[in-house]
Amino acid sequence: MIPPAIGDQRAGEVMPLSSGRPRHAWRAWLLTETPGSRAQARLGQAYVAWLGFRRNPLAMAGLTILVVLVLVAVLAPVLTHQSPVSQELGRRLQPPSAAYWFGTDELGRDIYTRILYGSRITLLIVGLVVVSVAPVGLLIGTVAGYMGGAVDVVLMRMTDVFLAFPRLILALAFVSALGPGIENAVIAIACTAWPPYARVARAETLTIRNSDFIAAVRLQGAGPLRIVLGHVVPLCTSSLIVRVGYDMAGIILTAAGLGFLGLGAQPPSPEWGAMISSGRKFLLDQWWVATIPGAAILVVSLGFNLLGDGIRDVLDPKQG
Amino acid sequence: MEAAPRSEPAPLLRVEDLWVRFPGRMGVVEAVRGVGFTVGREKLGIVGESGSGKTVTGRAILRLVLPPGLVTARRLVFDGQDLLALNEAAMRGIRGRRISMVMQDPKFSLNPVMTVGSQVAEAYRMHADASLEEARRRTLEMLAAVKIRDPERVYRLYPHEVSGGMGQRVMIAMMLIPGPDLLIADEPTSALDVTVQMQVLAILDDLVTQQGMGLVFVSHDLNLVASFCDRILVMYAGRIVETCRASELQQARHPYTRGLLQSLPRVDRPVAELPVLQRDPAWQDAFP
Amino acid sequence: MTDGAGARPRPRRAPARLLWLTGRELGSVALTFLGLLLVTFFIGRVVPIDPVLAAVGDRAPAEVYQRVKVELGLDLPLYRQFWLYLVKVLHGDFGKSVLTANLVLADIRRVFPATLELATVATILGVLTGIPLGVVAAARRGRGLDHVVRVVSLLGYSVPVFWLGLVGLLVLYARLGWVAGPGRLDVAFDDVVAPVTGVILIDAALRGEWEVFRSAFQHVILPASILGYFSMAYLCRMTRSFMLSELRHEYVTTARVKGMTERRVVWRHALGNVLVPLITVVALSYANLLEGSVLTETVFAWPGLGQYITSSLLNADMNAVLGGTIVVGAIFIGLNVLSDLLYRVVDPRAR
Repeated sequence: MIPPAIGDQRAGEVMPLSSGRPRHAWRAWLLTETPGSRAQARLGQAYVAWLGFRRNPLAMAGLTILVVLVLVAVLAPVLTHQSPVSQELGRRLQPPSAAYWFGTDELGRDIYTRILYGSRITLLIVGLVVVSVAPVGLLIGTVAGYMGGAVDVVLMRMTDVFLAFPRLILALAFVSALGPGIENAVIAIACTAWPPYARVARAETLTIRNSDFIAAVRLQGAGPLRIVLGHVVPLCTSSLIVRVGYDMAGIILTAAGLGFLGLGAQPPSPEWGAMISSGRKFLLDQWWVATIPGAAILVVSLGFNLLGDGIRDVLDPKQG
Repeated sequence: MEAAPRSEPAPLLRVEDLWVRFPGRMGVVEAVRGVGFTVGREKLGIVGESGSGKTVTGRAILRLVLPPGLVTARRLVFDGQDLLALNEAAMRGIRGRRISMVMQDPKFSLNPVMTVGSQVAEAYRMHADASLEEARRRTLEMLAAVKIRDPERVYRLYPHEVSGGMGQRVMIAMMLIPGPDLLIADEPTSALDVTVQMQVLAILDDLVTQQGMGLVFVSHDLNLVASFCDRILVMYAGRIVETCRASELQQARHPYTRGLLQSLPRVDRPVAELPVLQRDPAWQDAFP
Repeated sequence: MTDGAGARPRPRRAPARLLWLTGRELGSVALTFLGLLLVTFFIGRVVPIDPVLAAVGDRAPAEVYQRVKVELGLDLPLYRQFWLYLVKVLHGDFGKSVLTANLVLADIRRVFPATLELATVATILGVLTGIPLGVVAAARRGRGLDHVVRVVSLLGYSVPVFWLGLVGLLVLYARLGWVAGPGRLDVAFDDVVAPVTGVILIDAALRGEWEVFRSAFQHVILPASILGYFSMAYLCRMTRSFMLSELRHEYVTTARVKGMTERRVVWRHALGNVLVPLITVVALSYANLLEGSVLTETVFAWPGLGQYITSSLLNADMNAVLGGTIVVGAIFIGLNVLSDLLYRVVDPRAR
């Protein structure tokens, strides 16, 4: 993870690029070759990772987009004084103007306001899915990888089955049974999103399982639960984070797709996918109703993707 | 293996003050620091441990050090041509045709999805305007020259279907078929079984002597280089710390070389405990 | 001194062994398919509160409700229900569609070729653009073109397909008139060509009906391009990634030492090694397009499997939804098996 060791192993001297600055003391502490504690080593690694990340303009753009998204979601009532749900038919289908920055929709609601409040729904869905899916996938993957044998076969078979469906279609099937609504949408997406995490966790576990330090811990008397939870799981987290970075855009797009079909958050909720769907009828003449929410989805997905790429470049540069 | 008569006049390759630097995230790494030597139509050995810069030196001669690596030198002249001044197209004319390189492990250095014969034939057609038939004929000749007994059959095999020794012979055939003047052999026998090593070296020796080529033999094995080459360069930390004739190796002066010599086991002088090389940081800056 | 004994004999796979290997894989595939059916069964019977209602829709008369209830064997223990379900599905009986009152399988057979047409054209477009772009991006890593390609590819991962379809319709159809609108054909040509394969482009070409062909082409080009863009983004990224690792291999250096131009090194040597894993990727891409087509077909009123599933869903036609899901899942599995087989055939190392 950290760039190759400085100094003795390689031929020749290494000359550091930066000269002494006021923050030199902090940098030196973080970048030292001989950390005094585990915490210092971890912080040092995180710092180096951050430096690498910062150097990547696209990744920083992604991070910016996401920070803006979170701020918008939190500060929505501050950024706009209109209501996202109250209808005012007198001003329906107004084009973008100074009064209504993104125009109004077919029920007279200000689209700008709806976009702002819609960001909350987006974050909610993504957050809920990730929070439920990552631990489940991690658990299944590490248990399968560590226990091996029949347990592994059964769990992986299950994972394969879920991977055999295209995500959206399986989510559709779930929603058809559960009924529309935002909670059901989250459940449906979660049910389809966990397999990749299980796969990644299992692959990592298999690599780690036979290493010496695991054998050492086992010799010290640790039971399988402690080994898996205490040692294997922490090592899987970085790959999992990379995977999460990849996936989040996909989750947003799936959620938007469900919304477009009317299966996600129900009206009058300002969910972006649903907004596109209701704007579809007016596409030809009042293009802004359907187009602008889509642009929002695009920007947010792009942000997640850039961030995911950036994280991956830092944590696993071989793929770059 | 005796030294072929050296040609006294202008050396094939003259290197002066060669530096290879790799700028990276944490600073600039200098893999080769001010290396200089000449190679005539002789066998020159370059010995060093991992990280000494010997492999990079070989790549630098062929200008195959990829960005962000930077190669600079006061002189890098081959047969009167300044290699650093050539553009890429001209350099391609040199590679293979005038200077060639045999690499370490045929498992990795041969293209897995092409038959070995077609790869050798391709090397021939790169620099000779020849028909497929002609190239094939020449390839078969060359395969026979490296003592492959059934060239027709081997021609059609894929790299994963041949053993290490045979693969390396194919590699030699491939690199010698355009008839270069200088061959760089980068650890050519390190990936082979000991018994096969000697055979491959013998073939290499034969062909190099026959063609009157120059050979730069890069290795970490001091014994091997001493027995095979005419002259030896010892590299450490990107610099050359010793130059001598192979026959005079035992009189080497630099402490690093002496340390290496002492830590080699010898059948005629068994020792209870082999001395371990003690590194002196001053060697990083030394030069003879 | 040395002889041809250095060569390993080419392993001759006894036909029996090959059969055994394939048998094992088929077994594995069958198991996955079984799991698939388990999942759909679960969704159909266990998840809804009233499976009968889910199967017949809430507008069904009482007798239908009763009949289906008995049919579904809801009094039986779950595993017996599953067994009945399994037997029915393996006979191709996905039940009846609530909406059309046809057998679901018949409905699916009717709509499937439209999706096939769309997905195939899209994949062809994706392969023709994505793979070369990926190669170029890898060859010029870090420089201008690489960045452009990466951004374009990244956009393909970020844009909602249905939105892009709408924007495409708005700009290229409504405003510029370059392509035809929603639907597969101009209404005028609706029944001119008798369906042979169900793929209008092929059927029209077979009969030399070039007017129809043109109309079909103008209708398919926009949705196929949009789906093709996604395919391109995926293929481009994977190709680039494969090429980047391939270019790190030693044989690439060997090729350069031989005096080869960089272009030849990349396109003749490195790409040749990458084509094999790319086959798998293309198959996966095709499968992914099936997913994308669900929404694209809705936007373009394309009467394919995707639209069938979504409209069934909106009409609470459980049988149809699950039937469609099974078919898509089966295709997915099939494509994976196919790509595995192709891999075996093409890679000399695996023979």
